[in-house]
Amino acid sequence: MSDGFIELRNIRKVFAGVVALDAMSLVIKPGEIHCLAGENGSGKSTVIKIMSGVYQPDGGEILIDGRTMPGMSPIEAIAHGVQVIYQDFSLFGNLTVAENLAMNVHLGEKRRLMNWRRTRAIAREAVDRLGVELDLDAEVASLPTAGKQLVAIARALMSDARLIIMDEPTTALTRKEVETLFHIVRDIQARGIAILFVSHKMREMLEISERITVIRNGRKVAEGPTGDFDEALITRHMTGSDILNEPYVWTPPPGPPLVPRLEIRGLTVPGKCEDLTLAIRPGEIVGLSGLLGSGRTDLALALFGMVPGYKGEILIDGAPVRLRTTQEAIAAGIAYVPEDRLTEGLFLPQSIKRNMLATSYERLAPKLVIDRSQAEEMTQGMVRAMQIATPTAEKPVMQLSGGNQQRVVLARWLLTDARVLILNGPTVGVDVGSKAEIHAKIRELAQHHGLAVLMISDDVLELVQNCNRIVLMHRGRFIEDLPAAAVTEETVSDRLKTFT
Amino acid sequence: MALLRRSETVIAGILLLAMVLIGTINPAFWQLDNLFSLMRSNVIIGIMAMGVLLVLISGGIDVSFPAFAVAAMYLTIKGMLALGYNGVALPLLAATLMGLAFGAVNGFFVYKFRMIPLIVTLGTSAMVRGFLLGVVGTSMININKMPTALIDFARTDVVSVTKADGTTYGLTAMVLIYLGLALAMHLMLRYTMIGRSAYALGGDPEAARRAGFDLRKTIFFIYCVAGALAGFAGLLHSGMIWLANPRDFVGLELDVIAAVVLGGASIFGGRGSVLGTMLGVFMLVMVKNSLIIMHVDTTWQLVVVGLIVIAATALSAWRDRRRAA
Repeated sequence: MSDGFIELRNIRKVFAGVVALDAMSLVIKPGEIHCLAGENGSGKSTVIKIMSGVYQPDGGEILIDGRTMPGMSPIEAIAHGVQVIYQDFSLFGNLTVAENLAMNVHLGEKRRLMNWRRTRAIAREAVDRLGVELDLDAEVASLPTAGKQLVAIARALMSDARLIIMDEPTTALTRKEVETLFHIVRDIQARGIAILFVSHKMREMLEISERITVIRNGRKVAEGPTGDFDEALITRHMTGSDILNEPYVWTPPPGPPLVPRLEIRGLTVPGKCEDLTLAIRPGEIVGLSGLLGSGRTDLALALFGMVPGYKGEILIDGAPVRLRTTQEAIAAGIAYVPEDRLTEGLFLPQSIKRNMLATSYERLAPKLVIDRSQAEEMTQGMVRAMQIATPTAEKPVMQLSGGNQQRVVLARWLLTDARVLILNGPTVGVDVGSKAEIHAKIRELAQHHGLAVLMISDDVLELVQNCNRIVLMHRGRFIEDLPAAAVTEETVSDRLKTFT
Repeated sequence: MALLRRSETVIAGILLLAMVLIGTINPAFWQLDNLFSLMRSNVIIGIMAMGVLLVLISGGIDVSFPAFAVAAMYLTIKGMLALGYNGVALPLLAATLMGLAFGAVNGFFVYKFRMIPLIVTLGTSAMVRGFLLGVVGTSMININKMPTALIDFARTDVVSVTKADGTTYGLTAMVLIYLGLALAMHLMLRYTMIGRSAYALGGDPEAARRAGFDLRKTIFFIYCVAGALAGFAGLLHSGMIWLANPRDFVGLELDVIAAVVLGGASIFGGRGSVLGTMLGVFMLVMVKNSLIIMHVDTTWQLVVVGLIVIAATALSAWRDRRRAA
């Protein structure tokens, strides 16, 4: 017997010969806040779809209130009180809040006519039940993400839910909105409704949940009260390995001082950054942080030739350069990976080779025809150098794992003979395992290939772990240049907090 | 405030401005016979626009309705002549049902094969036109052969005025049919679940599926209604111009889609209203009518209609972006 509201026992699910879930078990007790933790591709969404009746398991059983539910359909799942809030919320942006809220009631009653007064009454009740303020006549598309999420939660609550499954609910929320969401989640819990939080963000899991189940490669690998877990333990369960947390140390080699790879002198972008001076020597990884709007991205764009009107000097290996276009920046040896570019800058259905060569075609084909043998040679060399796990460079990039995809992007920039690598939010939206792989690769590039790296990030921990120096920026100026010794998560966070 | 933000209010404002402008250039514009004739020109385009509106709201597009209209019209009149039947209600019903059947073919391909509506309706349009001309006939049926009952019906006026010189003019009663159908469409869109399902489908098809809408029913309904309205309008048109031309309505899809988009319907689906569409139809007909009065060449009228489509679409795209921001 189990005391769970819903229980998955030894669930197995196979898609076209690929095992997505194997011996997956999960118990959700009535009224608890439970976290399902796992990396992208670990089988989290398959679990959601099994619990909500969208997929039928190939083995094992689902129990609700201790009774088995063979062949559970989505309608049965809803009838038993299982509600899912998908990442995209499944709302109609072109309709009002009221109509979105009442739609399911109308559909459930198989109505033919639309009663607007009743629609408003249903919506009013739903919003009141959640205890939030929402303009019922507002078009949903006009609401911010947090508002849309409230509509989705209110809608889920209406149908006498006993379990609300939230799929990555905090992805697009600001910290403040996350706190509001957690407040609401606890409020829902107080009414005896269980919440399943599906996430890969550890701090949030630890903050909100009472119990945690960790899933890896379609199997449950750990389960227990949240108090038994900490970040390191969850990470270990999620990735199956310990992740190195050694800080990055860089010591200047003996002899005459090195010529900086990248040096900027008095760089000014009118209205954005003011009189910036910085030198990054070969092998250095310099972190750059600051609030949004501090000018950090403008600096990166200027270095990548996207702000032709900048003032001041930029030197690469001691030689002054003028960067008016991205082509000039690439030719000068600068590579810029914008936010999310590590995943979004790839042509997913195209081969590894084509992706790697995407920025090198001009060099490969000086006379219109591509030098095929040289292209082949360059790609093969890179696949080896970057240790990309693939039998052939002709494989489409989308068939690679996240970590291998990131390596393809880095390889692309290395092929342009980049000497300066600018990374803007290099691991935004990347799961723990891939994050560690990217960090390792970046360190290696700096250490063994002599690249100068400028790493821009909001993630203070990421900077502290990977940079030998951290520069803080505020209102367009460098406020502080913290040497390795001064770099700890607390000092950086504290300094950032004073910038408001 | 809410009234000001509604796109119908904006369209009505622009329409009024355009009317004042045209009236200043050409004072004859405000004469009753011109206004009556304008309203008469609204009828056929307006009825077809109701169907196109429904399709656009659902996120689709229909370019086949002129072909369906001409086929339903020509087949019905041919049939009436062959049978020697002279009536109104039954032929109109027949033309409507024919249009509905054609529309069902569109719905079948759009639903069953998840095909892009533009391609489906381009295909059915070409097939229906080709079939009509190749199998049924290419000859026009003139006033001397047209069924008299149909012509008499379409000649009915609501009001008629006699001018000083003895000629009479009037407002065709067909306007009432148009208004009736528009009202029905409005009520259907706003107060029935099938109407709301069209908006839901146009807003987010995946969410509509998850919410449990019967999308098969919705899609068939939408394309069948669009086809039926086209068939009905086609036959009515031949009665109003006393002529059944199997090559009629060529290029009309552009005019009607322009009018609907001008009326605030989003080309991306999910937005649009009957009132806006009626205003859009009126605006388009008025502009074309004024171009004719000003002796602007028909080729240049095409340029104007094309410009209207692009301007109106750009405007609504801009509006949707602002809303999303």
